[in-house]
Amino acid sequence: MSDFLQLFLSGLATGSIYAVAALGFTLLWQASGTINFAQGEFVMLPAFIMLGFMSFGAPLALSFVLTCVVAVVLLGWCFKRGIVDPLLKFGMMPIIVATIGLAIAMRSGIRAGVSAEAQPFPSVFADKLFNIGGVTVTLADVGTLAVALVLVLATQAFLSRTVTGRAMQAVAQNTDSATVLGIDVPRMVFYTFALNALLACAAALLVTPAYLAKFDMGESLGLKAFFAAIIGGFTNSRGALLGGLIVGVSENLAAAYISPAYKDAVALFIFMLVILFKPEGLLGKKVERKV
Amino acid sequence: MFTKRGLVIGVVCLAALLAVPPFLKNYGVYLFTYWAIFVIANMGLNLTVGYAGQKSLGHAAFFGLGAYSVAILMKAGFSFWLGLPVAAVGCFVIGLAVGFPALRVQTIYLAFATLGFNTLVWLVMRNEQWLTGGTFGINGIGRPALFGVSFDGNLAYYYFVLAFALVLCFLLWRLLASPWGKAFTALRDNPIRAESLGVNVQAYTLLSFAIGAAYAGIAGALLASLVQFVEPVPFTVGASIMMYLMVVLGGPGYFLGPLLGSAVGVLLPEWLRFAQGWYLFVFGIAVILLMLWLPDGLLSLPERIRARRMARSEAAARAVAAQAGG
Repeated sequence: MSDFLQLFLSGLATGSIYAVAALGFTLLWQASGTINFAQGEFVMLPAFIMLGFMSFGAPLALSFVLTCVVAVVLLGWCFKRGIVDPLLKFGMMPIIVATIGLAIAMRSGIRAGVSAEAQPFPSVFADKLFNIGGVTVTLADVGTLAVALVLVLATQAFLSRTVTGRAMQAVAQNTDSATVLGIDVPRMVFYTFALNALLACAAALLVTPAYLAKFDMGESLGLKAFFAAIIGGFTNSRGALLGGLIVGVSENLAAAYISPAYKDAVALFIFMLVILFKPEGLLGKKVERKV
Repeated sequence: MFTKRGLVIGVVCLAALLAVPPFLKNYGVYLFTYWAIFVIANMGLNLTVGYAGQKSLGHAAFFGLGAYSVAILMKAGFSFWLGLPVAAVGCFVIGLAVGFPALRVQTIYLAFATLGFNTLVWLVMRNEQWLTGGTFGINGIGRPALFGVSFDGNLAYYYFVLAFALVLCFLLWRLLASPWGKAFTALRDNPIRAESLGVNVQAYTLLSFAIGAAYAGIAGALLASLVQFVEPVPFTVGASIMMYLMVVLGGPGYFLGPLLGSAVGVLLPEWLRFAQGWYLFVFGIAVILLMLWLPDGLLSLPERIRARRMARSEAAARAVAAQAGG
């Protein structure tokens, strides 16, 4: 039983990181109809930028802040202006392919320019173990879960409580009416891209200590974020959280109780069930098809 | 469908494909064969994605199923000529089954469902060692012979694959020129209108998947015999994404799109080898720039030029009219 709880908790911790990445992914989709196939790489790059700042002697906290600034410019503004804006009017396919190209370029750019080896990454949390009622938990797990939850809930609160956040949601729901209401649509869309970049930085900070910084770390992370977003519901920001936790917990339990080789299969199975029977996701709303 | 100029270009290309490889080194012939195999697979994907408009991101799964069918059957002592139809028919049937989700979900959800299918197939390839050899794969796959002619040599095998590509190309062309082809495009452009005009949307959606999958299965069978070794690596989700990329880059819904797209996907990275460690980086950037330049694919270039020329002559005509009027 204590094993189970331990696995469950560390699954929640991993899952909450997926949730952070998935949240940015769904936000981009809602605000601009962008499917970002480079979402995993959007987490990988900040990890390396942080390492870069740290190699100049900057402490972790400062590196993180600087990285956030760089990411908002690079992964937010440049990505939107350079790739999404010019391609959006041509439908979904060109953007998908361009972000695939971007993912390849980022992955191999880091591999060639920085390192092909996995780099160690300092953890935000001290290396500490707790024992709660016979269950051993690491501070890293609890801390990761707490930080990720706070991030997701804070994003939620920002979107639903602040004027800017509500304007962003209005744009996501109906761009035309938002324009008529005098909302600066391009600016709100940019905010969404910036928010996605910030969430990616946070996910990088949380995931890299365990996964190590490696050029291809984004590949599986991006896929998990997709799964999480779909399972929870693509049109709902809370869905990303639920989906992330489901994926994290199920893969952890499957690895322990079914077979490590089929670790990814359980999340996949849930994903397929959701796609087939409730494609709008567990928390999503159904979208009727239009003529 | 084909203009006179198109026909000339086609004949020249075909002549080049026949005449050039004998002058190439082994690796060059290998690359040409590899390209031809991807052309076959991507023609199938072009039918699913480009003509019927179904977002499929699981094409490499069929590619892999084809390759493994031939590998497993040939390992068990059967002939390539049994493996090939098994690969094609097997993929056709599984393609039909995978098409069913497409009846329920569309666009991006379908893309993710097929992607999930691909992951599943890949997991089986990697984990079921008794059948697939796991990560070690299956090696020592032979090459086929026909009527006593052996295709063991690299050049001979290239012509063998090229012949397959041409026949399959012709079949697809006939299919698309038939009322079926029109039904596929109707499905893509407006499924609801197609339905109200009496097109059996369900059947055509399933068929577009199944035929596309059969093409991938044949391509996979040819790949197994080319490399003489199968392993799970070339059939990952990443490979499916690359195939999708090739089709979209070439020009989805253009008959010859897969030729160019496969060239970009297979040959361009090789040409970029001079950039050494950076070649994939350059490739990624090239993909982005190509998309920004021609969002409808490489083959939309002639149309683009024509449209621009027309706009220019119209502007000139307007200017003349304005002068005459003013």
